[in-house]
Order: sequence, then structure tokens, then C-alpha cells
Amino acid sequence: MLCDHCGERDAVIHLTHIENNEMNSFHLCETCAAEKGIDPETEEGVNAPLAAFLAQMGGEESDTAAAEEGECPYCGLSLDGFKKTGRLGCSQCYVAFEAHLKNLMRRLHAGTQHVGKVYLPPHDSTDTSREEHLSGLRRRLTRAVDSEDFERAAKIRDQIRSLEGA
Amino acid sequence: MRSVTAIGDVGLEWLDGSGPHADVVLSTRVRLARNLQAHAFPTRLGPDERRRIWARIREAAEATELLREGAAIELSAVTPVTRRVLLERHLISREIAGGLAEENAPVGAGLFMRGGGELGAMVNEEDHLRLQALRSGLRLTEAHRDVDRLDEELGGRLSFAFHPEFGFLTSCPTNVGTGLRASLLVHLPGLVLTKEIAKVLQGINQVGLTFRGLYGEGSEVIGNFFQISNQTTLGKSEEDLIDHLNRIVGQVIQYEMQARGVLLRDAPAVIEDKIWRAYGLLSHARTLSFEEVMNLLSAVRLGVGLKLIPSVRVSSLNTVMIYSQAAHLEHAAGRRLSEGEEEIHRAAYVRRALGREGRAGGRGSGAER
Repeated sequence: MLCDHCGERDAVIHLTHIENNEMNSFHLCETCAAEKGIDPETEEGVNAPLAAFLAQMGGEESDTAAAEEGECPYCGLSLDGFKKTGRLGCSQCYVAFEAHLKNLMRRLHAGTQHVGKVYLPPHDSTDTSREEHLSGLRRRLTRAVDSEDFERAAKIRDQIRSLEGA
Repeated sequence: MRSVTAIGDVGLEWLDGSGPHADVVLSTRVRLARNLQAHAFPTRLGPDERRRIWARIREAAEATELLREGAAIELSAVTPVTRRVLLERHLISREIAGGLAEENAPVGAGLFMRGGGELGAMVNEEDHLRLQALRSGLRLTEAHRDVDRLDEELGGRLSFAFHPEFGFLTSCPTNVGTGLRASLLVHLPGLVLTKEIAKVLQGINQVGLTFRGLYGEGSEVIGNFFQISNQTTLGKSEEDLIDHLNRIVGQVIQYEMQARGVLLRDAPAVIEDKIWRAYGLLSHARTLSFEEVMNLLSAVRLGVGLKLIPSVRVSSLNTVMIYSQAAHLEHAAGRRLSEGEEEIHRAAYVRRALGREGRAGGRGSGAER
């Protein structure tokens, strides 16, 4: 699809605007979007909704906070690097940038505490004890029974039995 | 698991139009984002480590009940047109599909899936793993149950990155927590024609859901198709997210049905004319752009939903929608097509597909040329 404005380059930015119950779509190439002063990162509902949040938040973060957080010790990503792309580098980034991320998640999500499925690592793994694994399996059994998935419940029950017997 | 490089008609079970509300809800998709512990996320990995991760996940997938019999498609091993075909079938994302050139093939990236495409795992996109269940019609609970089982099978063999507070960790913080994104591809011509759509979409945004175009994030709305999905992934359980979406989309379907009722009541001749004109163009035109096909298919689909065109089935319209896309036409032709050729091929394909349907009421295989 070609840009609605110049008709030459490929449109890469697709905007859908709702105003007075009228929906309008238009399609722009990056160059025309920039010329028209449309920054996709501040438009709602387009390519990078997260980047919009990050851009807005940039001003609120004090330099000292950023300096304190520095770089992720595992993958080397800086907080600035994250703000530019909206992507974290590794799971350790969640620890390195925790303060910043919590603030962000409060805006993005329904809360900052995960209340969904609890992960059970492979049970030969060293980071969970047998007891922890068992209690995780029991939680899963309850969930399976609650959702009337009895085939799965039976499998989990067998796993619990074999682990208890071990 | 077998390695597949020639994809034929794989991964299209969700087109069969069999699910509940299939004339409005084309497909249900539930995906879970997961990452392996002790590895940087894919965007920060070199080619060697990406290949190692692909191999490790493949080994784990081979051991699962759910994917053992399935197909493995490594994107660097298939042609660029095949990658685009997979994208057009909604089996991989735009991000992972790469560009048109051979050298853009992403390393160590690809897809594991069961034959019908109803369950699979995309590897080394933005996250190491994107588990995905795809179903025809409105089947959120079943799709979630399937993908949840795959998650448990793989999660029992691979160590996933999980944080007690933030849940499953993902490259983008918009996916963290459950890692769950449930989306429904819905067709809402009634709401568009009665100009109620903007209100409905605004309402959707206000209740924590979001809508996008046919190909997901950043894509445009064509043919009156909208993808509605949950916006938040953290702070609510998987079941709550699914229930909420189910409830709201149930309401949207109801509004759509009301709007269709209004159209039939207030302007039956206009609607009927619009639908049959669209059918006539699709059946006889000699050149068609994809956008035009989508808009005409939307009218015909409305006609099928209103039982004004009895001889056409929803599944055939779904098939035409997929196979009239650019890469599918090139794949069938076996060569690159210029834009002009593409439109001629598209019109010829659509004519044949609808012609078969009209004569035999039979299903167009789509792959024929």
C-alpha cells in the first residue's frame, strides 16, 4: 500500500482515528508522517503503544534514578536502550530496572502482581524442592477440577502420586 | 516431528467455519509468551545461540504428546514466498517472517505445529516461545485449554523465566504476567454500515480490550474485519482475561446482529443489491486487488449470514480470503508476479473458487490453479 500523502513510498504507519463517532483510517510513509508531525510513538493504538508510555514517562524519571539503575549486569542493556526500543534484553532486566518497570506496569496493566498460573519448573531442577513442586501440582489439580478438565486432573493426580511415592 | 519445507495446504483447519458464531467470528487465537531462563531474549542473541535455542526447544517439543507428530518449519530453510504464505495464514508474525530477500531469513526461528495449525509454537520471535492455539469460530475456553496443556508439557521440559511478582517474563513488558493474548477475528459489516462501529470500538477500549486490523499490531482495518484482544496481561488470571473477552465479544456479536436486523428492516432492497453486486463482481471480474476482494467478500459474507445467498458457505469465503493474498497467488503460480499479473491471477482464482461453490456447493481447495 502506498502512502496517502506522497503516493510514492510504502505506507508503514496506519492510523485509525475515532472522532465524533466517525472512524477514519489513513496510511502514511515514515517520511510524510514525520513531516506532518505525526509521531507514531505518541499516537494511541498504533505500532508501538508501549513506546508512547515510555516517551511520556521519560520526563518523569530523574537522572539520578536512571544512573542508579545503570545497565543490566547480565545482558548489558541500558535503561535508555529499553526506552528507545520498548524491549527488554533478558529476564535479569526485570531485576535491574525493577523500580522503573513497576511504575510502568502500574500504567500498562491491571496490577503489578501476577495472579495467574504459577510456573512449575521441571522437577529435576535444583531450584525447587519436592515439597514446592508438590504444592504447585496440587494448585494445578484444583484449577483443572474447577475448569472441569477431568482428563488433565487425572494426569496431575498421577504425577502427585508418583512424586509422593518417590 | 518431521521437518517441513514445502507447506502445501497445512495449517488451515481454523478456516473450516465450524465453530460457534463462525459467520461473525472467523477465528479464536490464544497465545502464551514464554522465555527460557538463563538466555537473553531473542533480539539480543547472536546466530549461534539462536540456533542452540531452536534445537533445544525442538528437542523438548519432540518429547511432547501434543507436538510429537507435528511439523517443524525452520524459516531459514524455506523460500521467502513460503515465509510470506505462513504469515498470510496467520501462523507466524510479520516480525518473524523477515523481508522478501533470501538473506533476511531469521536464524534459528520457526514454527512447530500440529498438522491442522490448531496448535503450535513460534520460536525466537520477540520471545523464545509463543505458544498458540487457533480455532474456528468463538472458542476461547477450548483454545486456552489446548495452549495451556502445551505450556505444561513444554514447561515441564524447559526452564521458563518466571518471577514471583511479575509472572512469566517477556521481552516486552506489555506481555508480562500471564503472557496471554487472546484475540478474536470478527467481521462487523452491520455495525460499519449503520455507523455504530466507532461507538462499539470506543467501548471496547474503555473496558481494557483493544482492536487491530487483520494482521495484528499496526495493521489496517480492511473488509470490516477487526481483531479484538485483551490489552492487559498482568494482575488478572488467565481465566478472568478469557471470561472478560468472551463476555464483551458476546455483546459485540449481539450488537452486530441487531445492526443487521436494522439494515434488513429499513433498507432490504439496498442491502440485497449491495450483496449480489459484490457476488457478481467476484464471480466475473477480470482483475481484482486484494483490498477489493476483501471488501466484496465482506458483503458476500454478510449475504451468507443473512441467508440471502444460500449456495455459498462460510468456509469457502474463509478459504478465498486466505488464498487470494499475494504470496498465496505467487506460491500457486510458482513464480514472482508483477502487480498487474497478481490482480489477474487473483480474479481468475476467485472466479473459479466461487464458480465451483455455485455449481456443486463443494469446497474450493484453493490450491488449484
